[in-house]
Amino acid sequence: MKRRDFLHYSGLGLGAMMVPGLVAFSKPVPAEHLLAPGMDAAAKKLLADVALNTTKSLGATYTDVRIGRYLQQYLFTREKNVQGITNAESFGVGIRVIANGTWGFSATSDVTPDGIKKCAETAVAIAKANSKLQKEPVELAPVKAYGEVSWKTPIQKNAMEVPVKDKIDLLLSVNNAALDNGAAFVNSALFMINEQKYFASTDGSYIDQDIHRIWPNFTVTAVNRQEGLFRSRQALSAPMGMGYEYLDGLASEKFMNPAGFNSYRNSYDMVEDAVTAAKHAKEKLTAKSVQPGKYDLMLDPEHLGLTIHESVGHPLELDRVLGYEANYAGTSFATLDKWETKNFKYGSDLVNIVADKVQPNSLGNVGWDDEGVQTKEWDLIKNGVLVNYQAIRDQAKIINESESHGCCFADNWSSVQFQRMPNVSLKPGEAKMSPNDMIKDIEKGIYILGRGSYSIDQQRYNFQFGGQLFYEIKNGEIAGMLEDVAYQSNTQEFWNSCSALCDKDDYRLFGSFFDGKGQPSQVSAVSHGSPTTRFDGVNVINTGRTI
Amino acid sequence: MAILTQEQAKAIIDKVLSYAKADETEVTISGGRTGNIRYARNTVNTSGETNELSLAITSVYGKKSGTTTINEFDDESLKRAVARAEEIAALAPENPEYMPVLGPQNYAESKTFAKATDSINPDYRAQLAVDSIQPCVENNLTAAGYLEDFTGFVATGNSKGLFGYNQSTSVDFTVTVRTADGTGSGYAGKDFNDASLLKAGPVTNIAVQKAKASVNAQAIEPGKYTVILEPMAANDLLRLLTSAMDARNADEGRSFLSKKGGGTKLGEKLFDERVNIYSDPNHPDIPSAPWSGEGLPLEKTTWVENGVVKNMFYSRYWAQKQGVQPVPRPRGVIFEGGDQSLADMIRNTERGVLVTRFWYIRAVDPQTLLYTGLTRDGTFYIENGQIKFPVKNFRFNESPIIMLNNIEAMGKPERTGGNMVPPMKIRDFTFTSLSDAV
Repeated sequence: MKRRDFLHYSGLGLGAMMVPGLVAFSKPVPAEHLLAPGMDAAAKKLLADVALNTTKSLGATYTDVRIGRYLQQYLFTREKNVQGITNAESFGVGIRVIANGTWGFSATSDVTPDGIKKCAETAVAIAKANSKLQKEPVELAPVKAYGEVSWKTPIQKNAMEVPVKDKIDLLLSVNNAALDNGAAFVNSALFMINEQKYFASTDGSYIDQDIHRIWPNFTVTAVNRQEGLFRSRQALSAPMGMGYEYLDGLASEKFMNPAGFNSYRNSYDMVEDAVTAAKHAKEKLTAKSVQPGKYDLMLDPEHLGLTIHESVGHPLELDRVLGYEANYAGTSFATLDKWETKNFKYGSDLVNIVADKVQPNSLGNVGWDDEGVQTKEWDLIKNGVLVNYQAIRDQAKIINESESHGCCFADNWSSVQFQRMPNVSLKPGEAKMSPNDMIKDIEKGIYILGRGSYSIDQQRYNFQFGGQLFYEIKNGEIAGMLEDVAYQSNTQEFWNSCSALCDKDDYRLFGSFFDGKGQPSQVSAVSHGSPTTRFDGVNVINTGRTI
Repeated sequence: MAILTQEQAKAIIDKVLSYAKADETEVTISGGRTGNIRYARNTVNTSGETNELSLAITSVYGKKSGTTTINEFDDESLKRAVARAEEIAALAPENPEYMPVLGPQNYAESKTFAKATDSINPDYRAQLAVDSIQPCVENNLTAAGYLEDFTGFVATGNSKGLFGYNQSTSVDFTVTVRTADGTGSGYAGKDFNDASLLKAGPVTNIAVQKAKASVNAQAIEPGKYTVILEPMAANDLLRLLTSAMDARNADEGRSFLSKKGGGTKLGEKLFDERVNIYSDPNHPDIPSAPWSGEGLPLEKTTWVENGVVKNMFYSRYWAQKQGVQPVPRPRGVIFEGGDQSLADMIRNTERGVLVTRFWYIRAVDPQTLLYTGLTRDGTFYIENGQIKFPVKNFRFNESPIIMLNNIEAMGKPERTGGNMVPPMKIRDFTFTSLSDAV
């Protein structure tokens, strides 16, 4: 049994221990504790210096220290009931060193000079022990000494400051809205995270960061008991690197999509979406089953984000390409020899995909990554050609880069940092084009919105994706809702079939709040921006079955 | 200190309960050591060990509950923790579905603890990595593998006098072996309570053989095939079926077990009559802790008998609401099979596809339990009773319900992923496209 399963079973209905997505060593705390100030930066600097001095005296050639306070508030409701409220804190320190050319890592929740000293000694001992198996010494790309700096997610309203009652009231009103509009069942949830991360390294940086993320979500289900049918529709929200202001539902951030209901940009109207979702769930019960075949697909950003994530984000992780994830997530079709040709056509000329950790409102947005590298934006695919990967300090030289891309991340103080996906986004088209303009040119197509079933092979060639909503397009117009839709394609073929992009006014962020990677598994949160985009002649299958 | 004896744990729980003022109080202490080693490209990347000991207190007033956890066990800390849990409970909203804590229960002795696993140390893990990497280096192959071991305990007690204590251990080892040119890949894995049963070398050798044998896979047309699923592959799909047997979802009309016109399919024959599925916490190969997540004693339970659905999971709340006895969710299930070996099954197959395992399995339609995913790390074409050549990986779209109506033969069950699952020969398994992935 895995540790997580053990915890799952160890309690008799213990709320906090059974909640998914909590970081390691989280302890339940009262809600007001989430607003209590943590240790100040000066005190953290003193503690970090204990680690840096200890490891240096033991012969380490590099050390970084991460003192992290991870605060989480998760609320869950179902119909008229509050199912759970979790307020949790995880506080500790992780120390990573290079000794004898080898990485060593140790972590402790004993954030005192003594605790940190012992932890630092263990990290060096582990590095020295592992060095016996090391084949090539670790080589780090240089990084600037930033001195004492800080960064904060530019939020307007700290979600932790909003009373729990107000949040519960919101969720219950979402549920009521869905039930009043014909839903049989509704589950809703709010996930709020605040990471207070302090980083120090022997390269001369002391970096204090205050990072905020939020995710409102729901699932609405409609049931036809006579026919024995049920259908669900999930929220069309995106998890964001924002404060509670994301839930303001500003009219200026809404727009009517070609299917005739509102989509949301940087402000989400959860109650309105629940009303629409209930109507959609009922409509799905009687929607036409798709005729399989080739269709031109028009993919909304709240759907396309996941396709980007799976077919571009993951295959361009350099550790995957090199084989470090072979036993779990897999390797990648985007091998170094393809990249070295400088003409590997990943997609059509229209396809420009960038990686970044700097986009406002995105989940990946931070000032510095978890090895003290200032974040930036860089090209992955330019005019359809594969031009780069995602690399951190000990990988940069493999792809002839002089510096890290700044995408190193650990999900907790107790986890060792490694290369994680930054935001990976498709640039909008230069020419003016709205979704309503795009649809006019499509004779036989399907307009897909929302995150559905998604599956891709271990080298990221073959994928099959579903969605939340499917609309048939006939001769430039929406011709009603479809069901049982999934599209199957090959990554390179798919991106080369990209034939049109909407412009920057349609650009929106999609997000993945709990993306998993590594053994033991770590989660991270990542956004994917894109405009509504057209792909020609994609194979659509019918997923309806009779049992 | 991470592992307390039953007496130590009980003393602490009793002390906590003596400080409690709430209507009901529940205390759980859990602790243990989790170790791991991870290697890739024939070298160790990470290894570590985590020790945890934690005490959780849930206090309840009426239908309002609050939980706190601590890892300091002195009297003052325990008193403060009790007070905090009571404070959180007082401020919590009511949970209309809250069920009062259980009274004393009879929990059977479990067989979940093995000394060999408890004794694992960093040297053991390093040696396991060497044992696995060595045959790969010798064969010019590349290994990537992961071992996770656990030893620990859980003790639980409440203000109505319930007490339970259980110690358990586990090891879970997986390895992927790839050819140097990346044209062949093999996988093998084993999980046990008792580490003395785990032999990294022989497990790795299975992956080595599969990697070598899968080089230069040929493309064959997707479509409906007779497949032989190794136990790991069969479990990948069958576990999705057994985990979906929740009574509440069925009663609410949103399950494959919901019936047209209302009601559930309990008592109906949904599968081939050879399908028998049960759970047993005392099964020698997959022993489990003696109580469920809700604290109910786990007993031998039949889920499917001769293809007929005999039981669904009923939570305590839902059982009370429906006026039936609660049926706890099992921790591991046993799919009965037959006596044939995998080799026998291959020998008796005219044309078919042998599948080592599936990957990236995702729900497509919860109504029919339709899932999609891909074959991975060893897929072979069988003709006239022999493995003829490796084939490219397939994407499937299939439901375990349909699969269990298309059984040709079943072999001897073995432990995989915490369940006992036989190799299965299934006709008309639906492959919908080809993948170039190796």
